[in-house]
Amino acid sequence: MSKLTVHQIISGHQENQVLNRIDLNLKEGEIGCLLGPSGCGKTTLLMCIAGLHPVQDGEIYLGDKLISSKDVQLEAEQRNIGVVFQDYALFPHMTIEKNIAFGISKLNRKERKQRINQLLELIGLAGFNKRYPHELSGGQQQRVALARALAPKPGILLLDEPFSGLDVELRESLAREVRSILKTEGITALMVTHNQNEAFAIADSVGVMKDGKLLQWDTPYNIYHQPAHPFIADFIGQGALIQGTVCDCHQVLTELGLLKASLPFGATIGDKVSVLVRPDDIRHNDDSEWKLEVTNRAFRGSHFLFTLKLPDGEKVLCMSHSHHDHPVGSKIGVELEMDHAIVFPLQQESEMSTAFATLMESN
Amino acid sequence: MTTRYNKWVVIAVTTTLLLTTPLWVLVSFLFEPGNENWLHLVDTLLPEYIINSLWLMFGVTIGSLTLGVSSAWLISQHDFFGKKILHWALLLPLAMPAYIIAYTYTGLLEFEGPVQSTLRAFFDPQTVNAWFPEVRSLQGAIVMLSLVLYPYVYLLARTAFSGNTQQIMNASRTLGAGPYRRFFVIALPMARPAVVAGVTLALMETLADFGTVQYFGVPTFTTGIYRTWTGFGDTTTTAQLALLLLAFVSILIAIELWSRKKAEYFAQGTKSASLPATKLSGHKSGLAFMVCLIPVAFGFLIPATQLLTWSIQNAETGFNSEFLTLIWNSFHLAAITAIVAASIALLLAYVQRIHNSRTTRLSKRIVTLGYAIPGTVIAVAVMIPFAWLDNTLDSWMRNTFNISTGLLLSGTLFALVFAYTFRFLSISLQTVESGLKQIKPSMDDSARTLGANRWTILLKIHLPLLNRSLLVAFLLVFVEVLKELPTTLILRPFNFNTLSVKAYEMASDERLADAGLPALLIVLTGLIPVILLSKAIGKSHV
Amino acid sequence: MKIFLTGFITLVLSLPVYAAVEEVNIYSARKEQLIKPILDRFEKQSGIKVNLITGKADALLKRIETEGTNTPADILITTDAGRLHRAKTAMVLQPAITPDIEKIVPSNLQDPDHYWIGLTTRSRIIVYAKDRVKPSELSTYEALSDPKWKKRLCIRSSNNIYNQSLVASMIVHKGEQSTEDWAKGLVKNFARKPKGGDRDQIKAVAAGQCDIAVVNTYYLAQMLNGKDSTQKKAAEQVAVFWPNQNDRGAHINISGIAITKASKNKENALKLIRYLLSPEAQTWYAEANNEYPVIKEATLSKTLKSWGQFHSDSLNLKELGEYNSQAVRIMDRAGWR
Repeated sequence: MSKLTVHQIISGHQENQVLNRIDLNLKEGEIGCLLGPSGCGKTTLLMCIAGLHPVQDGEIYLGDKLISSKDVQLEAEQRNIGVVFQDYALFPHMTIEKNIAFGISKLNRKERKQRINQLLELIGLAGFNKRYPHELSGGQQQRVALARALAPKPGILLLDEPFSGLDVELRESLAREVRSILKTEGITALMVTHNQNEAFAIADSVGVMKDGKLLQWDTPYNIYHQPAHPFIADFIGQGALIQGTVCDCHQVLTELGLLKASLPFGATIGDKVSVLVRPDDIRHNDDSEWKLEVTNRAFRGSHFLFTLKLPDGEKVLCMSHSHHDHPVGSKIGVELEMDHAIVFPLQQESEMSTAFATLMESN
Repeated sequence: MTTRYNKWVVIAVTTTLLLTTPLWVLVSFLFEPGNENWLHLVDTLLPEYIINSLWLMFGVTIGSLTLGVSSAWLISQHDFFGKKILHWALLLPLAMPAYIIAYTYTGLLEFEGPVQSTLRAFFDPQTVNAWFPEVRSLQGAIVMLSLVLYPYVYLLARTAFSGNTQQIMNASRTLGAGPYRRFFVIALPMARPAVVAGVTLALMETLADFGTVQYFGVPTFTTGIYRTWTGFGDTTTTAQLALLLLAFVSILIAIELWSRKKAEYFAQGTKSASLPATKLSGHKSGLAFMVCLIPVAFGFLIPATQLLTWSIQNAETGFNSEFLTLIWNSFHLAAITAIVAASIALLLAYVQRIHNSRTTRLSKRIVTLGYAIPGTVIAVAVMIPFAWLDNTLDSWMRNTFNISTGLLLSGTLFALVFAYTFRFLSISLQTVESGLKQIKPSMDDSARTLGANRWTILLKIHLPLLNRSLLVAFLLVFVEVLKELPTTLILRPFNFNTLSVKAYEMASDERLADAGLPALLIVLTGLIPVILLSKAIGKSHV
Repeated sequence: MKIFLTGFITLVLSLPVYAAVEEVNIYSARKEQLIKPILDRFEKQSGIKVNLITGKADALLKRIETEGTNTPADILITTDAGRLHRAKTAMVLQPAITPDIEKIVPSNLQDPDHYWIGLTTRSRIIVYAKDRVKPSELSTYEALSDPKWKKRLCIRSSNNIYNQSLVASMIVHKGEQSTEDWAKGLVKNFARKPKGGDRDQIKAVAAGQCDIAVVNTYYLAQMLNGKDSTQKKAAEQVAVFWPNQNDRGAHINISGIAITKASKNKENALKLIRYLLSPEAQTWYAEANNEYPVIKEATLSKTLKSWGQFHSDSLNLKELGEYNSQAVRIMDRAGWR
């Protein structure tokens, strides 16, 4: 049974449609994560679910209760949906204890006290009851915001870029910590972020959004290995898109040779297609006969990331051990280690080229 | 933080000392022994002065809070019928001097006035007489002062409500807090420093008010000060009474400071895009409209209409070229003072920014005391040192060069502008300070690393960024000077008349109707800056 | 910023500048509208430039005091004798009133030491509601403390100089103790807390809030002659009663004039005083405010004429100044707010 059902949600108006027919489901206890660049509508979706933003069409159900539709708009304060805001939005004039107690004023004093201490324990801030928010570090404030949202045992918890204000080193560890807290509480949660590492660290299911559309909703593994859209291929992980020609229903011919591929769309033999090549698909091997020219190299500590030029001018990425240094302009030996290529139709030319461009820039 | 010699600090402290000469003149009276008049006061009237002043403060606090906060909350968080106009119209009562609103309501509501007469015509006269409240009373004074002073609370509370708090309001909603809890537990406590600052301004004006309480026959500190002076001709006791009033004010300021200290971290937190205001519809929209209309109607529309009626009734002695002179005098006096006050406020605020030490903080505090000193007292306290300076210089010049320089400063506009600046600097200083606070110190630092000195930073970085705050400071002081009466009356040069002097001369001669036109002109002249003001504030959260 | 600066400079340059010509400088507690026209006439006739500041008497006095020998003021005009006496005591006046001036004004309306002289007089009278009070019920100021007036009397605040002067005159005539007793009795008879001015007291009588009130003559006269129809109607409902006609006479006060010690234009000042005491000026000056002129040759206003002759208190008005603070203290103790 779904805990959260978002069905065909539209928000915003014609000329400025922020959300365009979004569908998603979260099972009881599942942690979902929406990934996407800024401005893709992911925060708006979260605010729609929280009841802080109106929807123009579609429905949102919490369990089997309709909470948002064109005609129904249950007040945010009546939804029992917890939210952790990007800037935490802690009440600056209240102590930590009072902040957490805010949502559970209906409990009696003893129960409230118990719940507060239990939560402070859970977030590792036991004894901080009387402190004020401004006396805490960013990470501590973040955890207080989480505890505050969890206190009323919400039906579902929404987290809006919860780690964006924190140091990079802190983010992933905190994300794992939050995951274990959520799992302990057995809570269903939906988080929004633009950082894939956070998403992979915390989520059971990941969705990628772009321009108000949800492009794919899947497990983290599938999002990475079987992106349903070239944008996802670009947004998640590294890689390059090269041109290929469909040979038969299982193989594509590219500059890298004949690649095994599944063709989910109605491609016929002879069609031109785009093929995703991840850096780990091309292995550097000095002994290999097949040599490609290095046009760019980036030292990444544990490895080198080379940009290599194919004979027709297309570029691919290749990872090598960090002690295998080769100057730009030299030729290095490579071998292909790809068992299944991801193929996209070529019609999305413009998208692919921009995707490719950003990809190269990021190197 | 440093206490080393610094030219900026020296300039700031010197300015403060010079500007606060009136205060030191007052303080010097403290060392004179209390005479029989003082003892007489303590025996008879002083307790009454204190009790009435306290009641007045209490009442105006409640009144200005209710009117100012409720309208600020509705305007900043909701969308309803008439909001666009009410948004700025709520500032209009700022242009209405308290003594004038007191005159108009007396005219309307007194026993012989149209309202009571009409009621008596329709209902049993005995019942009307028994139930109709007396306008000229302590309660009446509270209502009058609240009606013209709430805009300070409105102005500051509105800014606070529409500040960085939107996300926090949302957070409280998701935690199940309904509108009332959101307002009372979250928004109001968070806006407290701003609200307290607004109330403090209103209370300082209340304590300094003379016209209203005098007319309503409510004995307070100000009427007591005036009476001690006129009745006994006793300057010493007058000054001592004024100092006691200042003690009251200092307590007020201390409360405000304490409240502001907490504000420092309230302002933290990232700025979040404010979400659209809640749309009210149907009867809720109508109710919100009414709540915001009430202060505008009673604080501006009704009294202004009454003034207009009086002006029309007196058409034969109506508008003539004399009024053009009056308008010009009022206008340029207000403009000069407002510019001077804004400049000094900028200087003091700036020095405190680059040199935050106990000295600079203290000098800033002392300067703000002027706002609570009644105009009459300030005027006399300005007169004394200026005349002394003039006479000393004159006799020295006479003895040395056999030339008489006469009075150089006394009885000139300089003395008048000086007195006003001391009286109203508090307002411009607060505005400029809050504007300056919004400019991050890192901006100064980066400019300095690029080779800019303090002057260059002030002129090239701060001034352009402060444009709006300075404008607001200018406009607020402008309106205040336009309304101010006693100081002008006492310090003005020969043949120099202003609108408020004219209105006063008519009104104090109990010719209320003749006072209508000059009073209306004060309000109309004040309207321009008030509208500009709300425009300026609308564009940015100063 | 540039606009600010240029604007500022323009404003500063536009300040009025005074050139030294034949002139006379006046600090006047009498309102501008009640004096400016006659000063303009003087200026035209004599060619002497008249400079004027109006304000409250005590403020003007303080200003002359602090300005000291350099004060520009040649003349101080007040609307009560007490303030002139106070100015004299503060040593800012000179005994400059010449015999030719003094002889045309009754001696009780001027300072015996030649420091100041009266320009107009007014009396502080009792008005009563025509329909509720018979004039035979009224007699003297003293009788106003009679319990029969309980809750029937309206009078303005003790802050007011005219009340202070009235009480001061009572002290001179009756002594301090009996004046205090009288004041206490008076306060018990108040129909309401003192508020507003003299016109308000008259309006209150007309409206039935009280039956009698103590006011200055010119306020009633102005209400009768003014444009405001409601005020006129109210004034018509009351009648004038001259108190103490069988003994010392009704309490009077003056608006008066004095020359400052530091005056640099003494001759011009004397010229002005002579002019203000001329029949032409006296007639206008008295009529402008519905007051009584101090010279016999001037004509009374129609309203004043209709009230008839009255017998006035011949007390030298400098006494009002001398007993002013005592009067205030008595009122304070009596609870007269």
